[in-house]
Amino acid sequence: MLGLTSSSIFASHGNFAALLALGAPSLAHLRPLDIAVIAIYFVMVVWIGFYLKNRANTSEEFFMAGREMTAWIAGLSFVSANLGALELMGWAGSAYQYGILAAHWYWVGAIPAMLFLGMVMMPFYYVCKTHSVPGYLKLRYGQGASVVAAFSFAFMTVLMSGVNMFSMALVMKVVLGWDMNFSIIVSSLAVAAYVYLGGLRSAIFNEVLQFVLIWGGALLVPILGLVEAGGWSGFKAKLAHNIAIGVTAPGDYTHMWRSMGHFADNPMGIHWTGILLGLGFAISFGYWTTDFLVVQRVLAANSLRSARMAPVIGSFFKMAVPFIVILPGLLALVVLKNPDGSLMHLVGENQVSALNPHSYNEVLPLMLVRYCAPGLLGLGITALIAGFMSGMAGNVSAFSAVWTYDIYQPLLVKKAKDEHYVAVGRLATILGVVISIFAAYTVMHAKGIMDYVQALFSFFISPLLGVVLMGMFWKRATKSGGFWGLLTGTLTSIGLWAWVHFYPAALRFVAISPDAKAMAEDMYRALWSVIVSVLVTFAVSLCGKPRPAAELDGLVYGATKLPQEEPVPFYKNEWFWTGLAVVGLIALNVYFW
Amino acid sequence: MHNSGISIWFFIGVLLTVYGALILGYGLVELATGQTANVVLANLHAPIWWGGLLLALGLFYGVRFRPRRNDQ
Repeated sequence: MLGLTSSSIFASHGNFAALLALGAPSLAHLRPLDIAVIAIYFVMVVWIGFYLKNRANTSEEFFMAGREMTAWIAGLSFVSANLGALELMGWAGSAYQYGILAAHWYWVGAIPAMLFLGMVMMPFYYVCKTHSVPGYLKLRYGQGASVVAAFSFAFMTVLMSGVNMFSMALVMKVVLGWDMNFSIIVSSLAVAAYVYLGGLRSAIFNEVLQFVLIWGGALLVPILGLVEAGGWSGFKAKLAHNIAIGVTAPGDYTHMWRSMGHFADNPMGIHWTGILLGLGFAISFGYWTTDFLVVQRVLAANSLRSARMAPVIGSFFKMAVPFIVILPGLLALVVLKNPDGSLMHLVGENQVSALNPHSYNEVLPLMLVRYCAPGLLGLGITALIAGFMSGMAGNVSAFSAVWTYDIYQPLLVKKAKDEHYVAVGRLATILGVVISIFAAYTVMHAKGIMDYVQALFSFFISPLLGVVLMGMFWKRATKSGGFWGLLTGTLTSIGLWAWVHFYPAALRFVAISPDAKAMAEDMYRALWSVIVSVLVTFAVSLCGKPRPAAELDGLVYGATKLPQEEPVPFYKNEWFWTGLAVVGLIALNVYFW
Repeated sequence: MHNSGISIWFFIGVLLTVYGALILGYGLVELATGQTANVVLANLHAPIWWGGLLLALGLFYGVRFRPRRNDQ
């Protein structure tokens, strides 16, 4: 969830680094059974890569998994590509710190966008047979916008892969005491092997495997946590008691919207408009509908109906993820204890000390260690490793496709045999891993870069949303409109970020309140950049000559005749499940209002 | 997927079966020897029922999606 990543997640690196500096002992000690569980996972992923080697011979097979994925596999892979271990640990920490507000990133900050992708946008992506999101831009707006999007995506993708790699090494060092070089080398070799051999199909298989492992490894924690806390009502009673006697910071930890009336009323410093329009629209639609890392998984579906169903299926699992991420963070508020029996206090980035050695972001490993016996602990650690490796593999496979189709083919070697592009894709996989390793070591030696990576990513995603939406739903949008919309939207995002970075008081203008905090800035900055990109695309397009409607077939709403799908019983219909997902989303928000 | 090679669900079945057997086995040894791990709620013997659940799921998927002769 790169586009949705909160600053607190990236701050986790500071916490872990601080812990390392303190020379604290590792959190967990693995037994031989745990080591066996982890080793079996590595054997399995490499086995899958070798098994799929012979099914990645053509470019369609290597880059698009042969477009043979069922709705379930594409859907699980879609949601799994976003479920990295850093996200799990970071959001569990955010739940400990901010309460159930953190679930906004999983519900309103994801579900509407996923359903919109499936039901509204997917037909255009799928019918035009594009290999990537920059590929769609090329078909709709021409080479200029496509190349800009391709280069920015390729650069950010390998950078994020490196960040992921570094994060894993750091977490393994803190949690298990493993050498960082060992973690980086082993994980990158495994990822390089299975993506090089099996392409996207291998990455998708491993993502589905990872998804199952995460649930198998992490689900036990909230179950046992609830047992210990005396159920949800018992948890609330204990929390209220802790707040009353002053051992837990006061706040509303169990409601999502009640404290959103004003920026100053909640610890995140966000207003409900920021959550709804900034997070729920600008950021989440930007990420879930235009980030090729996740869209690529759905493009690999075996039919239009599967491609539409995949994000809908994914949305149900996404709605359930807070059970294994947010709930453990909340439960930790009442169950985590020091050896002397007193309530353990996890602290923020700059407060880690010998007295309070654990930070918010360690809450998930601490809960794992608390409940998991040998074997189960290995399973939990394997889930974290699988999450990290899956994130790397997702980035590398997406990089390989964009490099080959949107940079190498249009700019370097326009016409070559299919085998040539497969070979280039395989080499791009290795190149992607090598650059990721380089990025990981760069981040290791200059940790300040971490703060900028997230900002860099946000510069491109939201403006891209504005341009893609205008291109997909407005026939009048022109090539120049798309290019200038993308450029000015990106510059707006960069400009607003720089304004606040160099003049922090500007936050009150960007986030329209003097009480706003950093998270609110991310949301409003994304919203302004979408608005600017839409307005500029609109204005410039009005001054130009639109493309003939015949050229827009398969690309634009109103100019495309979508293929008729065979009628199916209601329980197989994507609109039925979309309706259920909407009802579920509303019910959750009302229950935790 | 199932008709053109080994299904991903089979791989998942194999992995869950192995994990389930290992964890259940540990849980049974723990129960037999009475030496439980130093974790909270150890009296609930989570390795037994969680390992058993993983094993059951793994066997179901492993058998249900096993490779057949006409595959591939």
